[in-house]
Amino acid sequence: MARTPAELVGAQPEPPFEITLDGRPVAALTGQSVAAALWAAGILAWRTTRVGGRPRGAFCGIGQCYDCLATVNGEPNRRACLVPARPGDAITTQEGHGRADLSV
Amino acid sequence: MVGAACAYYAARSGLTVTVLDRGPVAGGTTGAGEGNLLVSDKEPGPELELALLSSQLWRELAELLPPVTEYEPKGGLVVASGEAGMAALRDFAAGQENAGVTAHEIPADRLHDLEPHLTPALAGGFHYPQDAQVQPALAAAHLLKAAGERVRLRLGEEVTGLLTGASGEVRGVRTASGEVHGPYVVNAAGTWGGELARLAGVELPVLPRRGFVLVTEPLPRVVRHKVYAADYVADVASGSAALQTSAVVEGTPAGPVLIGASRERVGYDRSLSVEVLRRLAAGATALFPALAGVRVMRTYAGFRPYLPDHLPAIGPDPRVPGLLHACGHEGAGIGLAPATGLVIARYLTGGEPLLDTAPFRPDRFPAAV
Repeated sequence: MARTPAELVGAQPEPPFEITLDGRPVAALTGQSVAAALWAAGILAWRTTRVGGRPRGAFCGIGQCYDCLATVNGEPNRRACLVPARPGDAITTQEGHGRADLSV
Repeated sequence: MVGAACAYYAARSGLTVTVLDRGPVAGGTTGAGEGNLLVSDKEPGPELELALLSSQLWRELAELLPPVTEYEPKGGLVVASGEAGMAALRDFAAGQENAGVTAHEIPADRLHDLEPHLTPALAGGFHYPQDAQVQPALAAAHLLKAAGERVRLRLGEEVTGLLTGASGEVRGVRTASGEVHGPYVVNAAGTWGGELARLAGVELPVLPRRGFVLVTEPLPRVVRHKVYAADYVADVASGSAALQTSAVVEGTPAGPVLIGASRERVGYDRSLSVEVLRRLAAGATALFPALAGVRVMRTYAGFRPYLPDHLPAIGPDPRVPGLLHACGHEGAGIGLAPATGLVIARYLTGGEPLLDTAPFRPDRFPAAV
């Protein structure tokens, strides 16, 4: 059986809460980043690239590469690896720059 | 960029060129630039002549360089907030038009046709279709590549001295790894051009003028031209050491919007100035209110190589036979690079001069007392 980081350190986290990705419920733990919660649910991609529309998710995981951008509660270009998950957060798959509202 | 252009045009004239750079390609002055190819901010005179020739040469180079260099003949838009500013722009443009610049007056109610996100609180502006932009670091790298086998690139190799012959003529340079021989040495060291001149025993008062650029997250085409406030031209021409900022905003093909421009003389101090960043952001959001809700991803600083009269040093140095200078272009080096390179190549091959280079004479400054 796979051992999780939580098991390795003997963590006893509080009960999970719910966030959503494109409306679908995902369980998250206190202290988890949005990216970590999505990964734990087996979700690897939550953005498409601006030019080729290719899938993207977490790459560096430490806020440097800007690959894991997601729209969080309506705000685009949040680095999912740095944003702590909060109960009820609505994550939406970000298409390209996520700023279609500024296109004229 | 200027060095790459000198190497390119010299190689195309049949010469063999060794390019020495103590850092990587575009690691000094060029890499910190925005890639402006502007005629709009230049008053009639020698620099404008150089810019007009360059603008033509950039169009030719763009055919040769790969699309990744992001050459965009997108045009510039200078805007004024009041009638006094508009009158000043009108005068400035009239003089430029006599010198061969194309400029169209845009009344306030037509600004939105050019820039839909521009604030409505403006008195009007001038559109300069000849203004363009490139990604400077990639342009320099690809131009060196396009120069072919006649250009040998030696990176990470700093020039430590000049080799001279019995009568003081240049024989080459010394670097940490040995000697490089050649009958001509071109000083294209940008902001550090004064230091290189000193190695040759001559004074060339190139000084750094610091500028910051803000880089936003990638956006759709919110900003279509190079858009700047009318006071930018006055700031460029000013000799003041104190901090000056004026709003300069432009989009890039890659998505981020670049926001400038600040000028201050603080030596080579690279420390971040929150005050400058605050002023740049305020200037940009005043022009484009939509940018207020946009995140800035990073900022970078660079040093414009400026000479006391704001003109570059281009051509042979009469004090040291065989030494030529191609530096001190201040904030216009990317734009002026091709014409500078072509002028230098003409000097090296004894061809007809392209234009009157007397205003760019490297020995025009009185020796420091």
